[in-house]
Amino acid sequence: MKKPLQLFLTFFKIGAFTLGGGYAMLSMVEKAVVDQKKWIPNDEFWDMIAVVQSLPGVFAVNTALYVGHRVAGRSGAFAAMLGAIIPSITIILLLATVFREYRDQPVVERIFKGIRPCVVALILAPSLRMIKSAKVTWKTAIIPIITVFLIWWCKISPAYVILVAIVGSLIYALIINKKAKGKEVKP
Amino acid sequence: MIYLQLLWVFVKIGVLGFGGGYAMLSLIQHEVVEHYAWMTTTEFADMVAISQMTPGPISINLATYVGYNTAGLGGSLLASFALCLPSVIMVYLILRLFMSKRNNALMDNTLKGLKPAIAGLIFAAGLSMMNTQNFVDFGRGQYNISVIICVLAFVASYFFKANPILLIVLSGVVGFFAY
Repeated sequence: MKKPLQLFLTFFKIGAFTLGGGYAMLSMVEKAVVDQKKWIPNDEFWDMIAVVQSLPGVFAVNTALYVGHRVAGRSGAFAAMLGAIIPSITIILLLATVFREYRDQPVVERIFKGIRPCVVALILAPSLRMIKSAKVTWKTAIIPIITVFLIWWCKISPAYVILVAIVGSLIYALIINKKAKGKEVKP
Repeated sequence: MIYLQLLWVFVKIGVLGFGGGYAMLSLIQHEVVEHYAWMTTTEFADMVAISQMTPGPISINLATYVGYNTAGLGGSLLASFALCLPSVIMVYLILRLFMSKRNNALMDNTLKGLKPAIAGLIFAAGLSMMNTQNFVDFGRGQYNISVIICVLAFVASYFFKANPILLIVLSGVVGFFAY
């Protein structure tokens, strides 16, 4: 079988069967790409995943593009990306037509009235977990507070907030890197 | 016109979507619900729930749904590909230019600095969804079942890392009997 087709099928399977977002998908990609097909050595795979993770955009798509390109060039990247997104697109298109039809049914409406507040909780929880993992102190707590205030209260587009945050973080990172250089090699 | 708008909105989200699916939710929510009103706030909540329960990336699911609702099949494909387009360019450039260790450290530290802001972004998206459309019985002088669902789901998710699909199914059952 040609490699782009193999890539397409591999990512199609992963895209069709992994629930729970990008990180759940990662171990399946590793199993398929590193362990079974042996397309990419283990250490190189994780090195590149670290880079891919820091890119914006859909994580699953970025991973598919990287693996596809690494294994079979441009056509491989394209095939892997299509494999990763076609299951999602198909499922949602099917559901969208069904959902339009039955959305106003009283039973469906009742069920979703219960689900909506749960969704709000499911969005709030990871944001607080992120604050914890980012080791926000009382001093740096001002950053998420200002962000919330600007977006929620002032209705400023998150796009602008992200742009400003990128510039700020980059300056911060440049200062840290300079300091690290001054100290030369760390132990 | 609608195609151009979809293209512009989802390319923008693809470029600025740092920090995973939930971070992108806040961008999508702002553009799609608040700015263009392509979706109501309840529809958005419903789609997030459906996305959690179906395989595949949440942002692709939302792009497909929004595109389909605003401009049919063509719109859904356009929105999904627009979301992926910046990734295609960036991954390609990174593989061509070869990331040096030094650049990598700079990028790592930039992302670390960005993290608290992204957490705030996601939190704001959650707050924006706390309205009487999504909390139907709030302030009606009855038992606030929706508030109870939200608090319990939050505790279960934050403190006990409960499976989101399980939480959605349980709240659906509660909603069925309560409303």
